[in-house]
Amino acid sequence: MQPFLTLVRRELGSCYVSIIGYAIVAAVQFLLGLSFVIVLRALNGKPFDVPVTEAFFNNGLFWLTMLLAPPIITMRAYSLEKSSGTYETLMTAPVGDMQVVLAKFTGALLFFMSAWLPLLAYPFLLKRFSVDLAQVDTGAVGGTFVGIFLFGALYIALGCFASSLTRNQIVAAMNAFALGLGLFLLSYLTFILPPKAGWQSAVLSHISMIEHMRDFTRGIVDTRQVVFYVSLTTLFLFLTLKVVESRRWK
Amino acid sequence: MSAAPMIEVENLTKSYGGRAAVRDLTFTVKRGEIVGFLGQNGAGKTTTMRMLSCFMPATSGTARVAGFDVFTQADEVRRRIGYMPEGNPLHLDMRVREYLKFRARLKGLTPARSRERVDIVTAQCGLGDVAGKVIGTLSGGYRQRVGLADALVHEPELIILDEPTKNLDAHLTRTVRQLIKDVSKDRTVFISSHLLPEVELTCTRVIIIHEGSIRESGTLDELQRKMSAGQQVIAELAAPVPDLREAWEHMAEVEHFDISAAEGSFHRCALTPRAGLDLRPQIFELAKARGWPLRELTRTRHSLEDIFVHVTRREQEEP
Repeated sequence: MQPFLTLVRRELGSCYVSIIGYAIVAAVQFLLGLSFVIVLRALNGKPFDVPVTEAFFNNGLFWLTMLLAPPIITMRAYSLEKSSGTYETLMTAPVGDMQVVLAKFTGALLFFMSAWLPLLAYPFLLKRFSVDLAQVDTGAVGGTFVGIFLFGALYIALGCFASSLTRNQIVAAMNAFALGLGLFLLSYLTFILPPKAGWQSAVLSHISMIEHMRDFTRGIVDTRQVVFYVSLTTLFLFLTLKVVESRRWK
Repeated sequence: MSAAPMIEVENLTKSYGGRAAVRDLTFTVKRGEIVGFLGQNGAGKTTTMRMLSCFMPATSGTARVAGFDVFTQADEVRRRIGYMPEGNPLHLDMRVREYLKFRARLKGLTPARSRERVDIVTAQCGLGDVAGKVIGTLSGGYRQRVGLADALVHEPELIILDEPTKNLDAHLTRTVRQLIKDVSKDRTVFISSHLLPEVELTCTRVIIIHEGSIRESGTLDELQRKMSAGQQVIAELAAPVPDLREAWEHMAEVEHFDISAAEGSFHRCALTPRAGLDLRPQIFELAKARGWPLRELTRTRHSLEDIFVHVTRREQEEP
């Protein structure tokens, strides 16, 4: 346990001392602030029937942030250590492969979540300055954060996997982005294909991340979706572990 | 367990895609020894060290450190070794003290113990002045000391250093070498190098590796004795050349000789003995009997460099 915590601390520390870490936080804040403003403009003076959280998360800037931040946070995880050689000092310390994989994942996920924290201020801003105090539902905000956490975990795990495959950070980021975008774009199949009664559309609706997030932002946390994210996250962590172990197969 | 040799390597082989980087390596390092692992670039030094430090497995053969198998008991082995890889990779964004503490904690030391050990190795490696500095801003010599401090921080029984003085200037090399000598007093050190003086000055025993297999191994004295077949005796005598020539021709033990003029009335004779004999007593007796003034009588000793060049050249000429 101790090496795990030491490594998590190191991972988090490396995010907070690097300029990249702050650039990510700044970019996330900028994009979210922008989408907040856009939502406010749209809602200004008009009555609306969806929760604010849903309106907020149903725009492109939110998804841009969600898709861009994890690859950039995780691109260094293994690539930098491999290219600088510190991977060798790490793997020759008395630390298990599993601990390394989980620590890198946990560190990146904690950093990712910390970048979203200022979001909690938005509901308070809304409450403070809007006439209608019932606009923001705590359940919806909670559900939204669960959604961000689950989605983030999956994309961070995917980013770790991409990073473990190469020693070039840029390649790692691009692979993670391409994989992540591909996974995300599957959501659009439900919009493109005409809904049929068959199993195909049932499957598609289950893997549609946009729909998942719509539920989360309404405050609905469906266990099926939780299982979907947790199992995919586990799958990518497992693959990362295998890549880390693969140096023993060569 | 303490009776087991520090390193036991048996028929260790590592191949990359069919090409053997290390072939059938067998050697033992006893506790308390400082062993130099000498070879040219690409001879298989780093590969061997990576296998010993459990970074990569062998294709075949076994290696044990302190009695533990490096593949099946990797955790036990890792706890007992301090490994400094080639090029001394460090986290350049961390401060020296922070890094050493991180490494100490990673290697399982308690917070109190790691503070204590970090203090000790910081002093030992002369890092007191730079303890609060970011590693990336340090000079090469200091970085090397940080790497060494990291290898020492958990009090390992065995220290494995891969090219510890690579890319350092002469002065720094000396500092680092002294440091290695200091820390090796109570532990085993296995050190690789392609630099001969390095090994000659720090190590008690040398293993010479060439193209993936061991060519020679032994203490410096042993290696020199092995090589003494080609040794020459130099004698400077004041005597007429024909007399000298006649004397050497009649001395059965001399296989080959060479006479050249030296300053004054002296002549410098380079004598190659048969079968590695030491000619010096005989020459002294001869000079005494004939009444020739003798001002120098030495046996040329092979430096490690000669041995190394000899060993590796012989191999290169074979195929």
